[in-house]
Amino acid sequence: MTPDTLLTALGIVMQTDVLLAVLGGAVYGLFIGAVPGLTATMATALLVPVTFYMAPVPAIATIVATTAMAITAGDIPGALLRIPGTPASAAYVDEAYAMTLKGKAEPAMSISIFFSACGGLFGALALLVIGPALARIALNFSSFEFFWLAMLGLMTSALVSSRDPAHGFISLLIGLLIATVGLDVTSGQPRFTFGSVELMGGVSFIPVMIGMFAFAEILRGYSSNATLPPPPDVGAARPFKGIGGLFKRYPFSFLRGVTLGTSVGALPGVGGDVGAWIAYGMSRRFSKTPEKYGTGHEEGLMEATSCNNAGLSSAWIPALVFGIPGDAVTAIAVGVLFMKGLNPGPRLFAENPSMPTAIIMTFFLANLLLFPLGYLAIRSARHILSVPRAVIVPIILIFSIFGSFAINNTMFGVGVMLAAGLAGYLLEENGFPIAPIILGLVLGPVLERNFIMSMQIADGNLLGFFERPIAAVLGVVVCALLLLPLLRGLLRRRSRTANAS
Amino acid sequence: MKKTMIAISAGLFAVVGLAGAAQAEWPERAVTIVVPWSAGGGTDATARTLAQQLEARFGQPFNVVNRTGGGGLVGHITIANAPADGYTLGVITIETTMYKAQGIPGAEPENYTLIGRFNADPIGINVRADAPYESVEDLVAEVKANPGAIKASGANRGGLSHLAWVGMLKELGVDTEASPWVASAGSAPAMQQLAAGAIDVVSTSPAEARALVEAGEAKTLAVISGERTEVFPDLPTTDEIFGIKWSPLPFRGLAGPADLPEEVTATLSDALAEITADPEFKEFMASRGFSVAYQDAATFTDTVMTSRTGLVEAMKAVGLAVEEK
Repeated sequence: MTPDTLLTALGIVMQTDVLLAVLGGAVYGLFIGAVPGLTATMATALLVPVTFYMAPVPAIATIVATTAMAITAGDIPGALLRIPGTPASAAYVDEAYAMTLKGKAEPAMSISIFFSACGGLFGALALLVIGPALARIALNFSSFEFFWLAMLGLMTSALVSSRDPAHGFISLLIGLLIATVGLDVTSGQPRFTFGSVELMGGVSFIPVMIGMFAFAEILRGYSSNATLPPPPDVGAARPFKGIGGLFKRYPFSFLRGVTLGTSVGALPGVGGDVGAWIAYGMSRRFSKTPEKYGTGHEEGLMEATSCNNAGLSSAWIPALVFGIPGDAVTAIAVGVLFMKGLNPGPRLFAENPSMPTAIIMTFFLANLLLFPLGYLAIRSARHILSVPRAVIVPIILIFSIFGSFAINNTMFGVGVMLAAGLAGYLLEENGFPIAPIILGLVLGPVLERNFIMSMQIADGNLLGFFERPIAAVLGVVVCALLLLPLLRGLLRRRSRTANAS
Repeated sequence: MKKTMIAISAGLFAVVGLAGAAQAEWPERAVTIVVPWSAGGGTDATARTLAQQLEARFGQPFNVVNRTGGGGLVGHITIANAPADGYTLGVITIETTMYKAQGIPGAEPENYTLIGRFNADPIGINVRADAPYESVEDLVAEVKANPGAIKASGANRGGLSHLAWVGMLKELGVDTEASPWVASAGSAPAMQQLAAGAIDVVSTSPAEARALVEAGEAKTLAVISGERTEVFPDLPTTDEIFGIKWSPLPFRGLAGPADLPEEVTATLSDALAEITADPEFKEFMASRGFSVAYQDAATFTDTVMTSRTGLVEAMKAVGLAVEEK
């Protein structure tokens, strides 16, 4: 990339229509993301008809700004009401909510938004500098590597989300079980569908997530053992105050988070969902104070949220460079690029490098906008906790119903949401964490598909999972994670029996 | 306040008047177009452009709704079960001819009023760019010489992609199990597997392979078809190479539930003919590598029935059909 390209690209971006598109997309994304139950994917899908009428760069800029803002703003209902916006942000929603319960709602939201923006900027920088190289590396990942990566994400979620790994693993298995409902990914045969056409399409994670977090939280609010967050001190609002100190205190957390997010995020299909989970688990593993995790500790929140947004930017790497979209949002964006005659692929970078560079620059703009818009959002959002519960609960319920309905425009989604809410409430009252269920549901099909694909490629030989170098490394890590606690438990029991005798 | 009241009454009168006048005129309100595949995919993109064109012609909103799941089954059944009043239509794909043979009723060609076809693109045979095969003959020779070594993918087991590939092998007298099928969720993950060197062949449309072909990671050897495509005229067909007759042509067509009012079908079929001749529509389709292939209601119905006969026969031959009781 030459300075010339950068200047031309800057010229393309610094146009009124592009800047307006970024601002419009960001404001729209802020509203969608801040409403519990509405998702970034939905926001993007609703944008597609609008982008028909726009020039290529503003069209993509709108999508970029909308998703970055919607996913980041999803951390606000996450921190205040314990309702995550995406399966990835479920990794740190409990940590943020624990801070809110301690009366630190504002620092929790500030950390989420500030480090999201920093992570996003880092991801954009990576996209600009090493995008094509990273895409080439990501292209070497096959079903064997994806299988291990999905396993790694699932294991971390089970290990970190509860004090007791056994409860975590049971939750995870419940999630994986729900994920098997629908048409079998390999042979297309119906499984656990009981003749229902709706069930053939499988159980979508969005109504389950809304139900288990939002609806279950409402149920808990009416039970006797509810803890309500204290209303914040409305007078002294200073979002982002003291954030710099966190940078100094945990410099490696941020760097680890963004590096992991950028590299894992670039892997199509799996990266986006597991990144934040692995980051949170890694943060706890390397922390000097792992016992504070889960009680409202800044360190893990900071690392996971920076990882999440860095991955958000780098998810565009395989989409832009090879036209392989990793998730629904980039799939829609690839469609829009094609429609505008900007066919994704290395030729786009070679023939007209200022165009992809301009697109990447809109990432910087969108993430920079997160600071002022996030500031305003935090200032107004903290009033939510002062609103009487009798007002806010029906509103959350309406949005939850609406969000679940909007998945497929059927009442079936609403039913799933209500059932999941009831189940989620009962599970959590008995010490089973919710988050691994959601991740199991999201990654279940990914895990199964990649497992079956790999088995078919390896002709049923399990050792095939260790034959490719990257797969072998990942496989050993996963096996170690699984076996070490068991081994430790066995040794402890043996020493205890030895002591007793 | 008064002004508002007047405006509202005027509006109401206008609506009532229009409704009265339009009783025989379809459409008098918004129409829903169900797409059985996910947002951002090829079917979705073409359906949205089509909806926009319909909107411009009829002056009513044509809203695209994605009902995905179960390999397109959920959306296809939704279209078939919708009220036959012309206000719920859908874009159907070739999978409708295959569900029943897979043992799942409710989304067969008879469950629809077929309005017209607007796109049909053959499936291509794609291999890694550095693969040692220069032509599809080399590839088939390799399959014959080393049974089990050439892994192929492109979609679910039993999907059209799979059927196109093993159907061709069967026509050539090669054992269909000689090239094991690796089930994938669609062409994008299969192309990723190909680039990563985990599999050897992806059977998917040249349009969907194009990004990696242009990146120098993959090459398309031929299309599994009886005739060359307009969009990729340089690609040879397997019929001309091998002298066989095997042309499983995936289509995208506009359809409604069975027993749609005849005038609605006729109006839509005419509109579809106009749209597919429209330069703007053609340009969009070409930009994504999709061909425009219009067929009116009668011809489209013929095409669907003929391809069903061929596909079901092929499914039985390669063991992908459920035995009928």
